[in-house]
Amino acid sequence: MRGNRRKTTLLLLIFAAGVLCALSLTGELLAETASAADFSRKNLPPCPACPFGTDWMGRDMLARTLAGLSLSLRVGALTAAASGAVALVLGTAAAALGGWADALISWVIDLVMGVPHILLIILISLACGRGFWGVTAGVALTHWTSLARLVRGEVLQLKETPWLRMSRRLGVSRSALLRNHLLPHLLPQFLTGVILQFPHAILHEASVTFLGFGLPPEQPATGIILEESMAYLTTGRWWLALFPGLSLVLLVVLFALIGERLRLLLSPAAAQE
Amino acid sequence: MTLEAKNLTFRYPRQKAGPVLEGISLTLRAGERVGLSAPSGRGKTTLCRLLAGWETPQGGQVLLDGAPLPRRGFCPVQLLWQHPEEAVDPLLRLKTTLYEAGPVDRSALDGLGVRDSWLERYPSELSGGELQRICVARTLRPELKILLCDEASAMLDLVTQARLWRFLLDQAEARQLGLLVVSHDAALLERVCTRVLTWEDIAAPRRA
Repeated sequence: MRGNRRKTTLLLLIFAAGVLCALSLTGELLAETASAADFSRKNLPPCPACPFGTDWMGRDMLARTLAGLSLSLRVGALTAAASGAVALVLGTAAAALGGWADALISWVIDLVMGVPHILLIILISLACGRGFWGVTAGVALTHWTSLARLVRGEVLQLKETPWLRMSRRLGVSRSALLRNHLLPHLLPQFLTGVILQFPHAILHEASVTFLGFGLPPEQPATGIILEESMAYLTTGRWWLALFPGLSLVLLVVLFALIGERLRLLLSPAAAQE
Repeated sequence: MTLEAKNLTFRYPRQKAGPVLEGISLTLRAGERVGLSAPSGRGKTTLCRLLAGWETPQGGQVLLDGAPLPRRGFCPVQLLWQHPEEAVDPLLRLKTTLYEAGPVDRSALDGLGVRDSWLERYPSELSGGELQRICVARTLRPELKILLCDEASAMLDLVTQARLWRFLLDQAEARQLGLLVVSHDAALLERVCTRVLTWEDIAAPRRA
């Protein structure tokens, strides 16, 4: 017997969210193990004891990978939340206020979108002193634009609907209009947009760190792991890059999956498909 | 209470062609029921939007007792939209929609035949006629002076249409409301209105 699509989608969503929670927890718990060196077992290829192998300092690659992904998740969560909030406020303000406020906000959006992402992230990260907060600020400040534009367009469209004009002329206050009418209509696109920020944020965090403008080398970040493994790839230690890289790709795919499923669940047009 | 439109000119934003409305003037007193009929596309609905304060004209003025319409709070001039399914938020239960701007008179709900069970539902679960009756109920606040009915009964069957108009006429009589009835239905206008205008009566003659 097959459950209906709504139920399977919901189950898949819960499963993916569970995996992510478990990942961030174990990564946090494994932080000690991840940086513990043991020279008696260095350069081990994958074996039952250490499924992802060990590196040239005998550190367990499974623990390092998990810790790195957990760090990526934290960067992703923070940046997605921050850029989502900025996008919601600025997008709504631009559409609701109109006039010069709209022109100014749209101009800033175009400006930020016009500069290549990676360049801007590196600049902001450097200006904020690198490290965790540098990367987070860099990614958060560059990723709100497309979502803000989406929110602005949506609010502009809602403003023109007869039911919103009707409510306004019936004397419903601005805050009630925002709460009862605008937010429920914005929520699906907004949530999906925020979730889909995650993979972007994680990939950018990893690439900026890989280039050396992000997290410090002592932290087990995915970018650091990949950057270090570069030196050993030519000597045949493939497991140093393969497993962490593969896990990063899987994490990104998982988020894209959640975002897509959420969109299907929340969008009234797609929910009936 | 008198609603006055003085020499209105209006064009929609980014519209290339000439204005939709040009030199439109109209006076509507409380207690009066004015019918307006004109061919499609003349701008009847746009005129209603201007009179209800949904849009601001580029030229001319809409005055209620000599003053512009209030920008916030309940507007004493209300518009009954032609498509009731567009006039209610599709994501809200009708209970919320009905009571969001304040209390609604119980007798109005009874008079219109609005059932309590309708209010628990979403707009997509009611028919156009049922929705329109809820829309009428929420505009009938004590502060209401002028009601603009833009083809407000076109989606109803004849029996319901008759009931709705009976109710609206009773209300207009009792509360001395001014009604503007826009319709293609000449028989309806003849039956309901105290005077009937055509587009030529309200539009200034075009300069040659």
